[in-house]
Amino acid sequence: MSMLPILQTQDPYLERLPLLLREAFTHYLPEPWHTLSNQLISIVVILSVFGLLFAILTLAERKILGHVQNRPGPNRTGFFGMLQPFADGIKMLTKEDIVPVAADHVLHLLAPVSLLAASILTFAVIPYGKNLVALDINTAALYFFAVGSATELSVFMAGWSSNNKYSLLAAMRALAQLISYELPLIISWIPVVMVASTLSLTRIVSLQSGYSFGVLPHWYVFTPWGFVAFALFMVSALAESNRSPFDLPEAESELIAGHLTEYSGFKYALFFMAEYFGMTALSGMAVSLFLGGWNAPSPYLTFIPSYLWFAVKLLSLLAGFMWIRATFPRLRIDQLTRFAWKFLVPLSLINLVTTAFWILSQNWGHLYFIPRLIITLILIVVPYILLSKKLGRGYAVRTYSYAPQ
Amino acid sequence: MYGFGLIRGLIVTGKNFVQSFYNPSRYTTQEYPEVKSTPPEAYRSFPFLVTDSETDPLGALRCVACLTCEKECPAQCIFIEKSKDKKPDANGRLQFYPTQFIIDSSVCMSCQICVEVCPFDSIKMDKVFEVAVSSRFENLLLTRDKLTKSNQYFHLISPSEAQEVDDRLAAERKVAQEKAAAQAKAKAEAAALAAQVKPVPAP
Repeated sequence: MSMLPILQTQDPYLERLPLLLREAFTHYLPEPWHTLSNQLISIVVILSVFGLLFAILTLAERKILGHVQNRPGPNRTGFFGMLQPFADGIKMLTKEDIVPVAADHVLHLLAPVSLLAASILTFAVIPYGKNLVALDINTAALYFFAVGSATELSVFMAGWSSNNKYSLLAAMRALAQLISYELPLIISWIPVVMVASTLSLTRIVSLQSGYSFGVLPHWYVFTPWGFVAFALFMVSALAESNRSPFDLPEAESELIAGHLTEYSGFKYALFFMAEYFGMTALSGMAVSLFLGGWNAPSPYLTFIPSYLWFAVKLLSLLAGFMWIRATFPRLRIDQLTRFAWKFLVPLSLINLVTTAFWILSQNWGHLYFIPRLIITLILIVVPYILLSKKLGRGYAVRTYSYAPQ
Repeated sequence: MYGFGLIRGLIVTGKNFVQSFYNPSRYTTQEYPEVKSTPPEAYRSFPFLVTDSETDPLGALRCVACLTCEKECPAQCIFIEKSKDKKPDANGRLQFYPTQFIIDSSVCMSCQICVEVCPFDSIKMDKVFEVAVSSRFENLLLTRDKLTKSNQYFHLISPSEAQEVDDRLAAERKVAQEKAAAQAKAKAEAAALAAQVKPVPAP
């Protein structure tokens, strides 16, 4: 693919290391096989790295939740519970796989597989480093969200095929949620495309590589519209990956386990894997779109290879996901859809206007920078306050007679 | 409003997260197998039979096989077989005793009604909680020898209640002894009177 021209010798050694390793494997093969083997190696590396990351994430999540609740978390298997994910994996593999008699057996099997496949496909286009992208297509962002929206089908497939009222109701709720939040999720990154004039993720990342005054990186999150778009994107990503506080599709206290009710053993683990993969992929997307991708935050830190910077940003976003999960209680379904349609969608639409203004006022010059900033901030803050007021109308602050304020 | 509450919540959980690393006194849990917690005073698991003697536990049961607990048990998990003969109890009176006393521990729901209805303070609630066994049918039927535990053990697990029971039993015993002494005295007096009366010759 188009990733081969890349072995630029001016890059530092560590930067070229992954490609050199791949060369070491492939240069024994005849020339026509190089492309194919390169792609296969990319697939294997992506699967193993993110599979391992999934294992680590489950442990990290339980540890973080534990410490937030002032308890140690899993600490029995291995050193500080390091082997817990592998113990869980063995347990999941050896469990009985129960399929209800009345279930649609084909769809019941297909649902977790297609969900996992869709979430893995999204990893193909994310640029993990300066030279590391498995599939560098010029409509990468569009591809990412097109593939990502296939997960909704799988969730409904799971709910329908289980032949269980809880599963079906939960799947319908999940559909309502996922479709509601698909809209703000996609509208929130359109400003990036407006500014960058491209859908190619590698291009978007490389556009964010400069530094103002030698210190402030040109990441889109540091612009007023970019910050809003990033916040909207992250909130929608939370809902899109079924994470708390938007984890209604698998709300244990209301719907048993939602569309997962009739799943057991490794199929259940596949659903979880897909959830974590989706979360990781959306975080990776947020890093590429708003946080400057693999760019270092300071020109003095460029000696650290780009893929490590990507990993640092990705992991901190994931830690943020877990922090949020540890903090917020779950929304009700009416609050959830209200929040999407009455708050996130209008805000993201207004953000398009803000971005348009930001682009059109680009050549106002340094003299008018302050007025430009003020107008942009007004465009952001006023709708935010008005929409918040409207969203909170009719709801008083809840007071408890039994708890201190 | 405006999302400031969300940030406040995040700060609270963040504080908890950071402080739980260097301040173990924040922990609300204990590392169970290493640290064994003492259950609270009112904690109860299964009933057990109190015996007054460590050396002959089955011979000194307080239970007199009155069958009250068997009749009152809502889960009907107690089975008692009353003895044919009588043995002297701690007060020296002749009483029946249970030749069999069985509690089905899979049915018992730890309601403590047997303890409340027992007129002889002979059945009390235990505090064991490590009741897991390796075999499926082990310890499902708690027979008389498994149920019998000494009064010292009762003092160990719930001291205040055991002390109260002991004091009450001692007081009852004292009253019974005084009553017996008074009766004996009255009997002796009556006998003396009869002896006095006896020599009166028949006319």
